[in-house]
Amino acid sequence: MKSYIVFIKGLWRENPVFRQILGMCPTLAVTGYLSNGIAMGLAVVFVLVASSTVISIFRRLIPKQVRMPTFIVIIATFVVLVDYFLRANYPFLSKKLGPYVPLIVVNCIIMGRQEAFSSKNPVWLSFLDALGMGIGFTLALVILSTVREILGFGTLLGHPVLGQWFTPWVIMALPPGAFLSLGVILGINNTFQKKSTR
Amino acid sequence: MDFLLIFLAALTTQNIVFAYFLGICPYLGVSRKLDTALGMGMAVTFVMTITALFSWPIFYLILIPRNLPYLELPVFILVIASLVQFLEMYFRKAIPHLYSALGIYLPLITTNCAILGVALFMVLKKYDFIHSLFYTFSTGLGFSLALLIMAGIREDLDLAPVPKNLKGAPLALIIAGLLALAFMGFSGLVKGG
Repeated sequence: MKSYIVFIKGLWRENPVFRQILGMCPTLAVTGYLSNGIAMGLAVVFVLVASSTVISIFRRLIPKQVRMPTFIVIIATFVVLVDYFLRANYPFLSKKLGPYVPLIVVNCIIMGRQEAFSSKNPVWLSFLDALGMGIGFTLALVILSTVREILGFGTLLGHPVLGQWFTPWVIMALPPGAFLSLGVILGINNTFQKKSTR
Repeated sequence: MDFLLIFLAALTTQNIVFAYFLGICPYLGVSRKLDTALGMGMAVTFVMTITALFSWPIFYLILIPRNLPYLELPVFILVIASLVQFLEMYFRKAIPHLYSALGIYLPLITTNCAILGVALFMVLKKYDFIHSLFYTFSTGLGFSLALLIMAGIREDLDLAPVPKNLKGAPLALIIAGLLALAFMGFSGLVKGG
């Protein structure tokens, strides 16, 4: 039962993007297309799960004073793995995501989970927590990039979904659109949150 | 001419906040008051420039000749983290008034993705040493500019009646969107960047 709660809380109740407002940079930067959003989400899931598991295994061996540098080196190792994997197998995608793949290192979600959870909890729970948070992050990216791709290009995953009548809102594909749509989504989310706590 | 282009681009069309979405966390976090925004902007500009000063030689004189470019990321991260730590200790001893002015912003900078981002961009854009220094410095100024504008708006916003559900982060993001829109007016000013 406890492991179920640990897993499920990251999906919605403590969703890293919508509830904790963490990891804003990739959320805003790569969500112009749904395919980019999904790729970024999966990359973060891998890095988060792998580093949480490893750090949880070594949690008793890492001295408290140097835990931050240790965490960051472990995280950086997995990020380099993902970056080179993408470069070798999906060069097109890797070009599109650009420096935002290496920047996963400084994604506050990952560091936050190590600090708050996996440095104190057993391996299995840390794994579930990381998986939940990662999927929650991916979910947020998918929602945001779906909205932006449909409004910005009239397509979804490259396939046209809106008819000829639709004039794409170019602004949604550009930086301002990212800020605006995330702001509006957070606002809507707050409204729901208020209703459900009442 | 080169330098002027880099400077203008970093300030306007390629602004690190509005065009690349880097450093959003401190951007939303410390943009409530003008003076804290100024402190953060100063600290970021300073650390960015120093980061370039150290990471450029390490990358081009140590990693590249030994064919180790894949160590770029861990090395840069360690450089930034240890640099921030070192600067903090140095300031506390040597320049106490600057230390108290920068306050808590200095340690916070380690997790500021704008710093790592600018170091990565410096390598991507293949700038030489002098250009890298100038580029990182200008980018820091661009970040400060974005932060200051935002803080100015948010100070006034505290008194404005806004919808309750939009208070805080959502409204800050929407304002950032409008500012980004305004900054897009500069496009065409600098070609290529």
